[in-house]
Amino acid sequence: MLQASPNLAKTPRVALFVTCLVDFHRPSVGIAALRLLREAGCHVEVPRAQTCCGQPAYNSGDRATARELGRQIIETFSGYDYVIAPSGSCGGMLRHHLPTLFDDDPNLRARAEALADKCYELVSFLVDVLKIESVGARFSGKLTYHDSCSGLRELGIKDQPRKLLAAQGAEIVEMEDAEVCCGFGGTFCVKYPEISTRMVSDKTANIAATGAPLVLAGDLGCLLNIAGRLKREGRPIAARHVAEVLAGMTETLPPIGETR
Amino acid sequence: MLPTSPAFKENAARALQEERLQKALARTKPQFHTKRAKAVAALPEFEQIRDIGRDIKNHTLQFLDHYLETWAENVERAGGHVHWCPTAEDARAAVLAICQRVGARIVTKGKSMISEEIALNDYLERHGITPVETDLGEYILQLRHEPPSHIIGPAFHLNREDWEESFRKSHTDLPPDRVFRERRDILTEARTKLRERFLAADVGITGANFLIAETGTSVIVTNEGNGDLTQTLPRVHIVLASIEKVVPTLEDATNMLRLLARSATGQDFSVYTTFSTGPRRPEDPDGPEEYHVILLDNGRSSMLGSPFQDMLRCIRCAACMNHCPVYNVVGGHAYGWVYPGPMGAVLTPTLIGIDQAGHLPNASTFCGRCESVCPVRIPLPRMMRHWREREFERHLTPSFARTNLRLWGFFARHPGLYRLATRAGAALLGWLGKRRGGRFTALPLAGAWTRGRDFPAPEGETFFARYQRLERSHAL
Repeated sequence: MLQASPNLAKTPRVALFVTCLVDFHRPSVGIAALRLLREAGCHVEVPRAQTCCGQPAYNSGDRATARELGRQIIETFSGYDYVIAPSGSCGGMLRHHLPTLFDDDPNLRARAEALADKCYELVSFLVDVLKIESVGARFSGKLTYHDSCSGLRELGIKDQPRKLLAAQGAEIVEMEDAEVCCGFGGTFCVKYPEISTRMVSDKTANIAATGAPLVLAGDLGCLLNIAGRLKREGRPIAARHVAEVLAGMTETLPPIGETR
Repeated sequence: MLPTSPAFKENAARALQEERLQKALARTKPQFHTKRAKAVAALPEFEQIRDIGRDIKNHTLQFLDHYLETWAENVERAGGHVHWCPTAEDARAAVLAICQRVGARIVTKGKSMISEEIALNDYLERHGITPVETDLGEYILQLRHEPPSHIIGPAFHLNREDWEESFRKSHTDLPPDRVFRERRDILTEARTKLRERFLAADVGITGANFLIAETGTSVIVTNEGNGDLTQTLPRVHIVLASIEKVVPTLEDATNMLRLLARSATGQDFSVYTTFSTGPRRPEDPDGPEEYHVILLDNGRSSMLGSPFQDMLRCIRCAACMNHCPVYNVVGGHAYGWVYPGPMGAVLTPTLIGIDQAGHLPNASTFCGRCESVCPVRIPLPRMMRHWREREFERHLTPSFARTNLRLWGFFARHPGLYRLATRAGAALLGWLGKRRGGRFTALPLAGAWTRGRDFPAPEGETFFARYQRLERSHAL
């Protein structure tokens, strides 16, 4: 068990932003996030009125719907010390894009900015804010890590997961072009499937070249894409969300796209 | 050039199957990524000069009328002429008028994207004037009647064997048994062919990387020296430039030059950086008798004050396309017009209309790599998103996508209903998925996904269902 971070004066009241993909597809990632945050000394709540960060609408040009959802997010999440998402993509949306939806409304803009400042992606929050240096669970396997685009470029997530994984005992084998997009891109993957498939094939080839039996990332979108392609190619490589490994779930939870 | 941008999807699908193209595109990493990264790492203040570059451009755009007028006055003072051209048609006509007045028959050309934008070569040919591209890449494209696929490496899509093939086919006066062993053999042959043209040309046309307001100077950067021969040997030098090329001072230009070569090719500086101010003066040993600048707007001024203004900072280094994972697999021709990659995805809709270029701002995963390498920090993904908003507003977004969005939006705004729907959906897919080993090889309505990859099945219980269950049993 972990000690509450000594850097915090009081127990922070944290809202878990589950993300729509975690909610629908892989609830275990949400449970993992919940446990990690609690172990790190947070009081965690899961507001019921949440659905999605609004990116599908925002990135499709449907600003009105994105605004509506943005308003809902402000109402639901403003009362917490922190809002934590197990995703760099949703984290980036909340932290950087949410306020821009209200450029013409100074009141909402100010509320959105205040909220945005409290929003973090899970692993970077553990490392950068809570100053966690290691988690309780051990993991002593070989793995490679895909840097999801939004997390990497919007939130500066690069070393944080590697640091925690290394502290667990994992051997991280870096793949070529770890920072290159996997081709998911939200609706991109179904709007331009040929291009997307080619991009993810390049990714899986780079993953396979490391010889690691496991690939991790911090975003479920990329992971569904990568796991789906790995399975299609018949490669015996498991794909998991980083939080599953950090929370010590690998023994009980099958990898993405597998039943075990 | 007739845009094929509406057929982007088909173009891209074809490009993905073209072996030769894929072989050429595989050179992007060693040729561009690695070299840029090395050059950037060797200049500790690179991030700082990016900020300065962005600020110089922003300042200039804010006072663009002032700087353009100052620049034009200084061009005229040096004995040059400025032709203000609102449209591509005006620009073509202005070039032709000069060529016809001086009785030009052969016109040599340095590399210029504006020339591509206004489709100058076809126009000159139609009027009995022979344009000769002197940039090596543009030269072979002219032989092959192909448009450029890249803004700084126009023939980047070609391999050595393509070069040899085209040279043998076009240079039929040379011995057919000559051998091309290495790159140098290609260069030597091109040099021989071009030398005659340089000497025969009546007019030389170049682009401009920058215009300098305080001196009335135009600047070009090249690695082959063809630009210098193009602009100094003929009697008349015509510069093609668009309005956003102006910077206030020589000092500003040097900052931009430090950014340009590093971002483009990873060089500290291009091999040739040439400053031209007016025609030859009496004391000059060489230079043209006439110096003209065709100053093109072509819709750019409408970007001022719009969400797309930042795009006018672009210095055409091509770092965005070099680092774009989509461009890297489909190549430049798929984009279907003059400007490919992320910068083209923003600029092309302005120039040929969003109804024509609607695919381009959509063909991005918003991975953000373009913005992360842009020397003047243009928020390219943000502006692609602006175009998507315009498309959505104008109902150009496909109706299937709109309906899906509306339906999804409705549920997302009603958490209670959303819970019910997701719970049912996840349960069904989870149940089916368990019987299929945890994934689907095909799913109704999901063909776009499952054609290339399996669809991993959900666990079966939504997070909120599980959370509620665990909370009730105090298992959390």
